[in-house]
Amino acid sequence: MTVSIIRFGGSNCDRDAERALEHLGIDAEIVWHEDGLPADTTGIVLPGGFSYGDYLRAGAMAARSPIMEEVREAAREGVPVLGVCNGAQIGCESGLTEGAFTTNESARFQCEHVYLRVERADTPWTEAYEEGEVIEVPIAHGEGRYEVDDDRLAELEDDDRVLFRYCDENGETGPDVNPNGSKHNVAGVLGDREAVAVLMPHPERATLPDVGPTDGQGVLEGLEKNA
Amino acid sequence: MTGYTATVTVRLKHGVLDPEAETTQQALERLGFELEDLRSADRFEIDLEAESAEDARERADEMAERLLANPTIHDYDVEVDER
Repeated sequence: MTVSIIRFGGSNCDRDAERALEHLGIDAEIVWHEDGLPADTTGIVLPGGFSYGDYLRAGAMAARSPIMEEVREAAREGVPVLGVCNGAQIGCESGLTEGAFTTNESARFQCEHVYLRVERADTPWTEAYEEGEVIEVPIAHGEGRYEVDDDRLAELEDDDRVLFRYCDENGETGPDVNPNGSKHNVAGVLGDREAVAVLMPHPERATLPDVGPTDGQGVLEGLEKNA
Repeated sequence: MTGYTATVTVRLKHGVLDPEAETTQQALERLGFELEDLRSADRFEIDLEAESAEDARERADEMAERLLANPTIHDYDVEVDER
């Protein structure tokens, strides 16, 4: 079984993801988008970065590259897909997940550690955690503010498709602990199927013990779990 | 076939926060200008050959739907002029 990490022009967290997965003993390889999705792909990572220079909108160009049709097809078949940061923007732009990640409320690029509250512990991405658990993971983005119209957000919440929310170290959410102005502090959401998830924070940067907290490991382990 | 220019204007939906526009407004105010509000938009000018203005509009509309605008956060309009 092999996880495919899709590299677009301008991806820059592809090697971080590879090293993090290697550390967890998960077989993974970087796949250039023009080469198409390998037939033996058992999981897909859309990595962070600045694909196509964020031209037009972050993720807009990569979302329309031919390999994304294969990714959507794999997702329909139940292959786990994880979009991180620019990969989350690509996920929303390509329709894998709902909503949009757009300009931070601060209008600045923000690179900092944040706390996330695990909203559901019964998904492949969060089995390692307890519901309501607080994990520490870094963000690094200029366009991470989750936007979706209020009615649709209410439906997503009713369907339990919010996976993570920004919070303080005690798990309290609210405007004071919302780094980018995301609606209802949403940091990550599930697609139509639980096997598809996107989030702006970087679990692969919170996996190797040498570089700090390892709270992100559980999210990456979801790639091994065929839902 | 006739040459047309389709102008697609993409703007944030009403109520969607626009931090870049707010920052621009603040910069204008620091320069001493008085204004009530400022909104920004992206404008794409597309030259194309089409059978009719209606045909040109339909094609530009599809371009907006599929790439130029993100329907989650954007509204857009299309204007067509003969070149």
